[in-house]
Amino acid sequence: MLAVFKLGNSVLKANSNLFERTGKSTVAIFKQLVEMFSFVGETAVAIAKSVIEPKRIRWRPILFNIRSAGFDALPIVGLLSFLLGVVVAYQGADQLRQYGANIFVADLVGLSMLREFAPLMTAIIIAGRSGSAYAAQIGTMAVTEEIDAMRTLGISPQEMLVLPKLLALIIALPLLTVFADLFGVFGGMLMARNQLDVGFVEFLDRFVKAVSPTAFMVGVGKAPVFAAIIAIVGCYQGFKTKGGADSVGRQTTRSVVQSIFLVIVADALFSIVFSLLDL
Amino acid sequence: MQNLAHHDIEKSQAQSIETVIEMRGVSTRFGEHVVHSDINLKINRAEIFAIIGGSGSGKSTLLREMILLQLPNSGSINILGINLTDISEKNALALRKRWGVMFQHGGLFGALTVKENVGLPLREHTTLSDAQIDAIAEQKLIMTGLKLEVGAQYPSELSGGMLKRASLARALALEPELLFLDEPTAGLDPISAAGVDELVVQLRDQFGLTIIMITHDLDLLWQVADRVAVLSDGRVQAVDSMLGLSSSNIDSVKAFFDGPRGRSAREQSALQAIKINDHLKDSSSKLK
Repeated sequence: MLAVFKLGNSVLKANSNLFERTGKSTVAIFKQLVEMFSFVGETAVAIAKSVIEPKRIRWRPILFNIRSAGFDALPIVGLLSFLLGVVVAYQGADQLRQYGANIFVADLVGLSMLREFAPLMTAIIIAGRSGSAYAAQIGTMAVTEEIDAMRTLGISPQEMLVLPKLLALIIALPLLTVFADLFGVFGGMLMARNQLDVGFVEFLDRFVKAVSPTAFMVGVGKAPVFAAIIAIVGCYQGFKTKGGADSVGRQTTRSVVQSIFLVIVADALFSIVFSLLDL
Repeated sequence: MQNLAHHDIEKSQAQSIETVIEMRGVSTRFGEHVVHSDINLKINRAEIFAIIGGSGSGKSTLLREMILLQLPNSGSINILGINLTDISEKNALALRKRWGVMFQHGGLFGALTVKENVGLPLREHTTLSDAQIDAIAEQKLIMTGLKLEVGAQYPSELSGGMLKRASLARALALEPELLFLDEPTAGLDPISAAGVDELVVQLRDQFGLTIIMITHDLDLLWQVADRVAVLSDGRVQAVDSMLGLSSSNIDSVKAFFDGPRGRSAREQSALQAIKINDHLKDSSSKLK
């Protein structure tokens, strides 16, 4: 009897622990959301100040970031989109051949690459490549007191560190997406000729008819939003770094996971909005 | 301020009656943990003021509150006549130009050379030409005892002592009135640490700087501090000269002095104080 009582008690205790933990992590999630929003707010204020007083904009770091996040990422973005185009065409080839609809490979590759795969793929690569670099750079600066030093020298870390990265990525990501479009379609085109006997000329002929400029704009239009998500999450996680070097690693990982998560969520929201708008 | 160089320590102390920092009822909490409760301090112009206390006594937090990196939960801090609570951005910038901060680990920007680091405040806040800024940066480097070659190096290439000196050079770039030093001798070898002692006294005597420092270093305290505030249990337990504190009856103050290190530093200081005083008299007579 006593044993049963004890058991019951411990179950109750375990339960209250479970509730407590659930409660605590829920509060932590909300806290982080609020913090993130306040960070977005601070960034917006910094942007407003730069618009009012354009000489505050730091062009050198912007150009530097365009090079490191944009130009330097061209090979990896090009290669992966090319492979993605190859895969899409290859997977579609079997199905299309069964119906003798070989030429529709241009629709398949064109629409899927331009609307979805190119912007999403590019955003994910950049989140892993640049978002993590932003978090690590700012995180290291926070650990070595450089952020504090910046504040005490009267330099706004937002203006010095966040705005250049944000602006650079908003400029670079749409351009990278166009580059990814090109390589993805080229990959699909090669595969179409190889597997489905659809020549380059036929493919491009069909491509122009099947893919409207809207499809292209829809894809590229998503890129600045993804860029903002990646830059803000990366910088925010960097600023949150406290303590030692292990914290830098933790925040960097977190920045990549969160920015990829948010990019995919945003992409889903875009799909809903675009379908409501019949785009 | 320059004429202070002609006076020795006692005289400059007697002259300085102007309060540059005043803290009233400063309380700070992190969640439920109380860091400070009701801290009251006054720091006078051209004084070397030290804040001591055990780890976790909140001395770093107090420093961060003074340099606008953190706000206290209640109470007011007044620096150079400006209240830090609800300070406007314009006033905050004006104040930041009037003080320099030397961080414990230097806080130098890794992406810039030492000379660029020292010149950065000038580049941001003045309209001086690059050549002028470089000249000033070099002058500050020499002032803090660094060689000119160091200017071209990156912070990662410097030793701990050189980092602190470079950080000090940057803190001095805008010719501040206040200088905050966070653990100026922590992690330094005894010879470099002694160099910092002399540098601090020299800065106060030559430029009339008010120096506020946080330190554990008993030698440094005995050599340079005019007044010392002992922080413990979230309160200021005592404010006095080292000599005054060493005969204190308050437990938390006694704990600081009664260890073997405390005793040896005190004996040492009696010897070295004589040497330093002689040295200072020499250097001030040279300046004349």
